[in-house]
Amino acid sequence: MMGEGVARLSPADKRRPLARPRARTWWRGKRFQEYFWRGVALLVVLLGAIAVLTPFMWMVSTSLKSHMETYVFKWIPAKPMFSNFPKALTALPFGRFFRNTSFITFAAMTGEVLSASAVAYGFARLRAPGREVLFLILLATLMLPGQVTMIPMYLLYNKLGWVNTYRPLIVPAYFGGGAFSIFLLRQFFMTIPLEMDDAAKIDGCGFFQTYWRLILPLARPALATIAIFSFMGNWNDFMGPLIYLNDWSKFTAALGLQFYSGSAQGSGNMELMMAASLSALLPCLILFFAAQRLFIQGIVITGVKG
Amino acid sequence: MSRLGRKEAIACYLFILPWVLGLIIFTAGPMIASLVISMTRWSIMSPPQWLWFNNYVQAAEDPLFWQSLKVTMSYSALSLPLTLALGLFVAVLMNQKIPAMNLFRTIYYMPSVVSGVAVAILWTLVFNSQWGVLNTILWQVFRVKGPTWLLSETWVLPAFIVMSIWGIGGGMIVYLAGLQSVPTELYEAAQLDGAGRMQKFRYVTIPWISPVIFFNLVMGIIGSFQVFTSSYVMTQGGPNNASLFYLLYLYNNAWKYFKMGYASALAWIAFGITMVVTLLVIRSSSAWVYYEGVRRR
Repeated sequence: MMGEGVARLSPADKRRPLARPRARTWWRGKRFQEYFWRGVALLVVLLGAIAVLTPFMWMVSTSLKSHMETYVFKWIPAKPMFSNFPKALTALPFGRFFRNTSFITFAAMTGEVLSASAVAYGFARLRAPGREVLFLILLATLMLPGQVTMIPMYLLYNKLGWVNTYRPLIVPAYFGGGAFSIFLLRQFFMTIPLEMDDAAKIDGCGFFQTYWRLILPLARPALATIAIFSFMGNWNDFMGPLIYLNDWSKFTAALGLQFYSGSAQGSGNMELMMAASLSALLPCLILFFAAQRLFIQGIVITGVKG
Repeated sequence: MSRLGRKEAIACYLFILPWVLGLIIFTAGPMIASLVISMTRWSIMSPPQWLWFNNYVQAAEDPLFWQSLKVTMSYSALSLPLTLALGLFVAVLMNQKIPAMNLFRTIYYMPSVVSGVAVAILWTLVFNSQWGVLNTILWQVFRVKGPTWLLSETWVLPAFIVMSIWGIGGGMIVYLAGLQSVPTELYEAAQLDGAGRMQKFRYVTIPWISPVIFFNLVMGIIGSFQVFTSSYVMTQGGPNNASLFYLLYLYNNAWKYFKMGYASALAWIAFGITMVVTLLVIRSSSAWVYYEGVRRR
């Protein structure tokens, strides 16, 4: 074979470059392919991102329009009407609604962080017979839809006279703070080296002190993560307040906003509607941008390592 | 057990106690109560009457129950595959070392952070057939006259599905983390074996991240029976019950008509359906979900 090939090489062939055995056009080159596909990917992702942002942009734009401009398709209002915001928030007692929402949110958040971290410490660090079975039950409750327990809970709170108070929205948070938070914190606690617990024990720390003075400070990022999740959940909660709160004076921002929704189909004051909605979303958006890293970490811990 | 071991066990139980109490008071107890209530007629005002399984029989004959089931099922049958596939698609694209990935990740995730009434109101405006941004863009860019969306029996569910696609960011982030955990050796080995781009995706990426797909699928199935706020705020189940989601129908029965017994029966039916579907998915998972670190026969 080889001899044959060599024999066939005439002096004329020698002049032709032999470097490329198969003719390869430039666009099939590895380098170009790489850049090409990355470019396509970037373009698609960019278009998607624009699509995702459009509703937000529309919201901001509408909230700054004058009433007449809401009937015209344009992105930038002639003169931004910042006065829409105070107007929208005073048309209904939103100051009060926001205060109520903040109160419920912070009370429930405190409960969730405190009790979930304690329970997670028990599951992650202390050995006891039956612990594994209990943990499996905890995981199973992650899958339990809330509707099954909703009606008996309402009937119970009704008996206790708790309907139309904030108690049904706050008290449950102090009993474990939700399977999701416990699970997330436990996963995080497991990554803290056990030697640290031993060192604390040698220094004379009991279990509670180890939890309070060693684990909690070390787990600050994870605690912040569940605090943020809890904030978002409580701040945006609609069904809970809808079921339990009857008095205007006790309403949350989500309940108050609902009164604007009636005019969403018709030609009501769209600019005020959007201004009020944007104000309700703002705390969540700001928190998200401030703490993105924690957020994404939290999702990754539960989603992938689970 | 040693004295120290016993001490540790007691401490463990004490730390877990709040959750155990919560489990009994807020989960196990109410679940049993709900089962009992589902066999009664109870309107809060009057004492409950025992009905045995009549509520369940009544559900089978209730056209609105079937309607709400149909709405919920068709919604999840369309929205789940779409959001799962699109979320994965975007995650794969983002994983191509594109510039400003963190910024894009943030943008895509934004809709998952905001939820509830404000978002429902925002989408009502987007879908508004006359001044809504969606129909305007459809007209100005594609010269297509958009449907009336939320006011149309045919288009109201597609509108909700479009909305659910807006939220693919939540699943996307989990996929992205999964994609980043695929060992590069696997790709190199596949390359040596002559695998192309698509083959690498099909035979390396998909098996490796199948647990993540599985997780997103199970969560999605459970979530589809929980659609409430958007349907309550945007359409109240209309037009002509075309968007009567299951949880909305349950809510109406319990807090509008005060049929606590019937609503409890509805809750148990939904629970049963989700359980069966989830179990089927889990059963099937051994065929398509690959777990690294689990020995296979």
